[in-house]
Amino acid sequence: MKLPIYMDYHATTPTDPRVFEAMKPYFMEIFGNSASRNHSFGWQAEEAVEKARKQIADLIGASPKEIVFTSGATESNNLALKGVAEMYAEKGNHIITAATEHKAVLDTCKRLEKHGIRVTYLPVQTNGLVDLEMLKDAITDKTILISIMYANNEIGVIQNMAEIGKIAKAKGVLVHSDATQAVGKVPVNVIKDNIDLMSLSGHKLYGPKGVGALYVRRKSPRVQITAQMDGGGHERGMRSGTLNVPGIVGLGEACAICQAEMAEESKRMAYLRDKLRNKLEAELDEVYINGTMDSRLPNNLNISFSYVEGESLLMGINDVAVSSGSACTSATLEPSYVLKALGAGDDQAHSSIRFGLGRFNTEEQVDYVAAKVIDVVKKLRELSPLYEMAKEGIDLTKVQWTAH
Amino acid sequence: MAYSNKVLDHYNNPRNVGSMDKSDPNVGTGMVGAPECGDVMKLQVKVNPETGVIEDAKFKTFGCGSAIASSSLATEWLRGKTVDEALEIKNTDIVNELSLPPVKIHCSVLAEDAIKAAINDYKTKSATKVEALASK
Ligand SMILES: Cc1ncc(COP(=O)(O)O)c(C=O)c1O
Repeated sequence: MKLPIYMDYHATTPTDPRVFEAMKPYFMEIFGNSASRNHSFGWQAEEAVEKARKQIADLIGASPKEIVFTSGATESNNLALKGVAEMYAEKGNHIITAATEHKAVLDTCKRLEKHGIRVTYLPVQTNGLVDLEMLKDAITDKTILISIMYANNEIGVIQNMAEIGKIAKAKGVLVHSDATQAVGKVPVNVIKDNIDLMSLSGHKLYGPKGVGALYVRRKSPRVQITAQMDGGGHERGMRSGTLNVPGIVGLGEACAICQAEMAEESKRMAYLRDKLRNKLEAELDEVYINGTMDSRLPNNLNISFSYVEGESLLMGINDVAVSSGSACTSATLEPSYVLKALGAGDDQAHSSIRFGLGRFNTEEQVDYVAAKVIDVVKKLRELSPLYEMAKEGIDLTKVQWTAH
Repeated sequence: MAYSNKVLDHYNNPRNVGSMDKSDPNVGTGMVGAPECGDVMKLQVKVNPETGVIEDAKFKTFGCGSAIASSSLATEWLRGKTVDEALEIKNTDIVNELSLPPVKIHCSVLAEDAIKAAINDYKTKSATKVEALASK
């Protein structure tokens, strides 16, 4: 077995070789600008872009004209939130989102707040789900947008988008969903799920980095957004800039593969994920799953190993690429705000590991990773004063710690 | 993050892991940090009451690799030192020895605090022992 093993598919995915093959001709042979209307170089590029647009639309139940190409989900989220806030400024100035959103949504909201938009950050329940009653109560006659992610990038919890959409529709409020982690992994359908705007990204579904899309609904209701990038008026005026043709071809092909293989692939992911979970739980006491298992991406396992600090665990499994919610592994030196939002306590966040399984993981790799994690957790618990105290029956929450 | 070879060595082969009897009058125990902050160190010293020399030192640490290495190194340095010499160990000595990057300096500070806490615990204990003897 080749080492190191990659098991961090929520961070990014390798490009599928079939996707790479599809992209290749669009660098040197079919290199035209898809906006060149007067020669075959342009026409060929345009044809490829339109094919990809349809492949993406098909995967999410949209029509091709509703797809706007961007540089990725960060840009899509920015465009959706800022574009709606600007376009619907006369209608209202209130946006509702959730505490567990990706920074590309939260920080966009923070900026909008500086420009007179009011933002409600809904807390989530301990299972990671938004409380729908709380959502209803948060809507005012000034609310223009509800932005709730489809699936969370740390805990994989899938929100009830269809219900959220229903609530919003009843009040005439638009819904945006950051579906970056969900598209291609679980069935996403913008009609059934009542979504008006939706962000997705190439590199999370075995496509290339630096390309993504924003779905913008054209019918019932017809959604309009104010462009945030000025220029040649590409993408029906919503996003100027010469299209990244090879990237778009890759994104389209990646979507087509996901659509064809999702049923099989998601079953395989769930099997591997559950095997990993069962092995860890069989060999180790006091491990806790973060977020509900009942509504979750099939490839996600976020688990806390009590009394063991996440970064030290990563250090012990250094031939396995996973990530941790521990403060020591974050740039801000704060433990994961997503896990904190579940109310689990900072100590549980410090002890968490996120496993993100993917297309190229094998059962043999899962067995290796499970054995390695079990071994290192046991070793670190031997080293842990907290484990020793817990075994002596001391209630760690009652200890007077010297916080520093 | 890249770890220095010395941090890796202490992480892979931690020195003097374990616990000593807290109620032993010759053992001083220091516990610093908090689980919510992501690191807790327990450091213990066993002192020869005749000579004031630290004969044994043990640690257990919940924390990142640098925290584990800092406390492991501290136990190595403590053994054979007198109580007063031990109090002279500075966090910067640990930073230099382990080549800790700036974001890990707090680990060395915690180790220094743990040393001080353990020595103080021992001193408090032996002072009460002396008092108890005097009042007999
Ligand atoms: C939920 C979610 N939203 C947005 C992003 C940002 O996507 P991109 O890297 O395409 O900008 C990510 C990836 O980090 C994500 O997981």
